[in-house]
Amino acid sequence: MDLNSIYTSLVMEHGANSPHKHEIKDATHQKHGHNPSCGDDITLFVKIENGKIQDAGFTGVGCAISQASTSIMIETLLGKTIEEAKKIIDIFVKMIDRKPISSEEKKLLKNARVFENIKQMPARVKCALLAWKTLQLSLDEN
Amino acid sequence: MIVPFQQICKHTGATLEFAYLNNNFELDMNDFKKKLTKNTKIVGISSVSNVLGTKNDVNSIIKMAHEVGAKVVVDITQSIAHQKFDVTKTDADFVVFSGHKMYAPMGIGVLFGKEELLEAMPPFLLGGDMIEYVYEQYATFAPLPQKFEAGTQNVGGAVGLKTAIEFLENIGYEKINEIEEDLTKYARTELKKLKFVDCYFTSNHRHHQNVLSFNVKGVHPHDVSSILDTKGVFVRSGNHCAQPLLRSLGIDSTCRASLSIYNTREDIDKLCEALKFVHEMFKKQKNS
Repeated sequence: MDLNSIYTSLVMEHGANSPHKHEIKDATHQKHGHNPSCGDDITLFVKIENGKIQDAGFTGVGCAISQASTSIMIETLLGKTIEEAKKIIDIFVKMIDRKPISSEEKKLLKNARVFENIKQMPARVKCALLAWKTLQLSLDEN
Repeated sequence: MIVPFQQICKHTGATLEFAYLNNNFELDMNDFKKKLTKNTKIVGISSVSNVLGTKNDVNSIIKMAHEVGAKVVVDITQSIAHQKFDVTKTDADFVVFSGHKMYAPMGIGVLFGKEELLEAMPPFLLGGDMIEYVYEQYATFAPLPQKFEAGTQNVGGAVGLKTAIEFLENIGYEKINEIEEDLTKYARTELKKLKFVDCYFTSNHRHHQNVLSFNVKGVHPHDVSSILDTKGVFVRSGNHCAQPLLRSLGIDSTCRASLSIYNTREDIDKLCEALKFVHEMFKKQKNS
């Protein structure tokens, strides 16, 4: 298994220096998510206005994969409507779950495609999914 | 052990106390002595910590506990494949261990207990074979050990455990200690040389048995273990079912290297090379 196909420069950059790692003071949604077995612990802040994700950020600690996945998720979903965001989350989860996704669906993932190879490392699947599942819960609740 | 003890306290109204570590990753015996009173009913202790590798002075703990009338449960899971434990010499009331850390299959383990204590205890699991006579409104229970072995047994696991015991007895603890003491000493020295690694083990090599917990500074243990995996080095990472212990040390999770009779010094060299690789990989990222 090629290390560089998982710890790509994109993942390393987002994991170490995320531009989205901060609170959002006027967030409309706030959700805590964690993986108790390994200590990945994040809080998502999302500002939704007129049905669109206007702003988002996160705080917390965790492995490089979970931090990068959170950051890239925010980058991918900023500006999307709630419906669009839910669709993209579904596609991401399908991809990680080794279910087939179409090339149009892949395009919607944008940089989040970089996690395609996580399915080769089952132990890290929860790390990659944490932020996406947390946001999914938050959007479903409200 | 902690979670069952919590439940016992819930049911009986007892309180659960802890003796903590000193600054050298060893049990603070003064703290233990302070907390051991004539009201103490049960003391639970591991022979060796599965996180820190620290060997506990089980004999002294048992002696002190018995002086105040408390019973002692000793978990020897981490040590049974590495050091001899003689139940007749230690006078432990209960001894437990799992098979999977002594080369046996998963899903099998052993409870040893003093006969009069086991006789006094009611069965905790009900089903076939643990009964003697069954009537419509009551049943009588089988004698020991069947009383505590309800249902269809994990026969495959039991056969595997017996084979593992024979395997270890054929090698002998003396040979095991000879190999593992050298490896542990070497690993301690080599890991301590790496300035980018935080080590969580005692300074006293005589109190340290075969597992070494550590972290690469600034890199999450999960990332370390995944990357080590690609280099052919396999360590465990996480909280090792010891959240309160790690929390008391102010950390979330560690990497843990376990050494055994099949390991060599070359394995430890490979581990250190791989750790250097991890350090460089994340250092480059920080500087870019």
